[in-house]
Amino acid sequence: MTGLKNSLGLRAALLSLLIFLGVVAIWQVATMPTAGSGAAMDPEYAKLVGAAAATGSKSAMPTPADIGATIWKHLTDPFYVRGSNDKGIGIQLAYSLGRVLLGFALAALVAVPLGFLIGMSPLVYRALDPFIQILKPVSPLAWMPLALYTIKDSAISSIFVIFICSVWPMLINTAFGVASVRREWLNVARTLEVGPFRTAFKVILPAAAPTIMTGMRISIGIAWLVIVAAEMLVGGTGIGYFVWNEWNNLSIANIVTAILLIGVVGLLLDQGLARLTKLVTYPE
Amino acid sequence: MERPLISVEGLARRFGDSNQPAVFENIWFGIDRGEFVCLIGHSGCGKTTILNVLAGLDQPSDGAVIVDNREIDGPSLDRAVIFQGHALLPWLSVMGNIAFAVSSRWPSWNRAKVADHARKFIELVGLKGAEAKKPSQLSGGMKQRVGIARALSIQPKMLLMDEPFSALDALTRGMLQDEVLRICADTNQTVFMITHDVDEAILLADKIVLMTNGPGAKIAEIVVNTMPRNERHRNDLHRHPQYYAIRNHLVEFLVNRSKAFDQEIADGSYDPRRLKLVKPGLAAVNPPAEVVPLRQTH
Repeated sequence: MTGLKNSLGLRAALLSLLIFLGVVAIWQVATMPTAGSGAAMDPEYAKLVGAAAATGSKSAMPTPADIGATIWKHLTDPFYVRGSNDKGIGIQLAYSLGRVLLGFALAALVAVPLGFLIGMSPLVYRALDPFIQILKPVSPLAWMPLALYTIKDSAISSIFVIFICSVWPMLINTAFGVASVRREWLNVARTLEVGPFRTAFKVILPAAAPTIMTGMRISIGIAWLVIVAAEMLVGGTGIGYFVWNEWNNLSIANIVTAILLIGVVGLLLDQGLARLTKLVTYPE
Repeated sequence: MERPLISVEGLARRFGDSNQPAVFENIWFGIDRGEFVCLIGHSGCGKTTILNVLAGLDQPSDGAVIVDNREIDGPSLDRAVIFQGHALLPWLSVMGNIAFAVSSRWPSWNRAKVADHARKFIELVGLKGAEAKKPSQLSGGMKQRVGIARALSIQPKMLLMDEPFSALDALTRGMLQDEVLRICADTNQTVFMITHDVDEAILLADKIVLMTNGPGAKIAEIVVNTMPRNERHRNDLHRHPQYYAIRNHLVEFLVNRSKAFDQEIADGSYDPRRLKLVKPGLAAVNPPAEVVPLRQTH
């Protein structure tokens, strides 16, 4: 069995490597310098993309080697500061992560207790349901102007946007998890004359924990998606701002590096919460 | 009027509005201290509802349950429930499940004292060594043992059991029945149990309450198990002279009388407050004179 499993894992890894090499090869071919005259090129554009690209000796799209070099440059020096518009990619990621975690934590503080209330009280559930149903599908970025107007601080506004987008999955999952705690477990607590608070913490919370954690995992995924867009809008710092800034610099290599790092950080956030979910999951 | 430890008085339960026919109505019976009472009846006659009312988990539409001369108004640590589906908390270990009950009973006890007390009851049901296991790692029989240990650990005035062995295989069921019999004898526990297994009732119960089919289910009569406790052993129960008489009486009730009971009491002799106590076992050992075959000869 383990032999088979190992060989499957090995074969999958080999296939992954093959796909990776294939993509890089196509990319390499596509960005090969085209020997030809650059005379037809618009001089304005030529100025913008640089001399080499303009003469046609080099594509404006970076080669895999260029990207590799850029990633290496960023990874070896992630925390430099050269002026307000030129900070290391590590600093930018840290800003984004900080906002996401702060907004997410605030959302959890609101969503988990409120979800408990909704899950335990059919009255509250019915009363709040229309609000949740209408507000949940709204793009979190639509809140941005409202946040900027009322809060008057772009940094806090982006945290608010993260808050509002991560609150819904946690709220809905908490309510669902609490409402579907098995009747017999609650009856055990009742026959043991366990008070409401002890029941909430010792029976309902552990029973609903896997569902709540699943909601949190969905939330942090959405928050990490939204932060890039939010920072593109508000600017200043953060990985979203970095991407937009590099677009203005027309540095495709930096943008590709940022895309890869956003993916890696997103993966780590998701895996971290998956680990936590596993900790509170119980087999029946 | 002197009441038994538990007195069920005029219980009725309707689902929906009051025009609906009652699932059961006018239910009167009592359970004395130290007595083991089984309730037998078909599915749907409201057995579990009666048990839930006794547990305080459900409210009757009519009537009351008096325990120790006080009407019950909710669940109590004095009445421990052993659930049909064991109802263990799956995220807690065996020890954790029992400790949860113990610390609910004695909130002031420290951790060590709770664990010591819980360990005693884990040993009582023969689960020593499985303290750290989670319910998912236990067999069905072991889970039900934990359920029994949890109920006993709070040292209740009475045990309520809702078909506790029905989900188990025959071998495990037999072993657990023996243990329940032993534990109840040791602790002189008062027990109310629901079952639809006739042999289980004869093995365990001192009194067997017979319930007719719903809707409008009532208690037909109470069969006294005249086989003394120390003569009831699972392996040779069928050799006891009274066994078949009691068993036939119960089976006859479940097969025929439970659905035709209304015709049986058409003469108006039935009084739900003064139920007949029947002793089919004694009739078997001391047959009444008129059915002695010798009478036929002259």
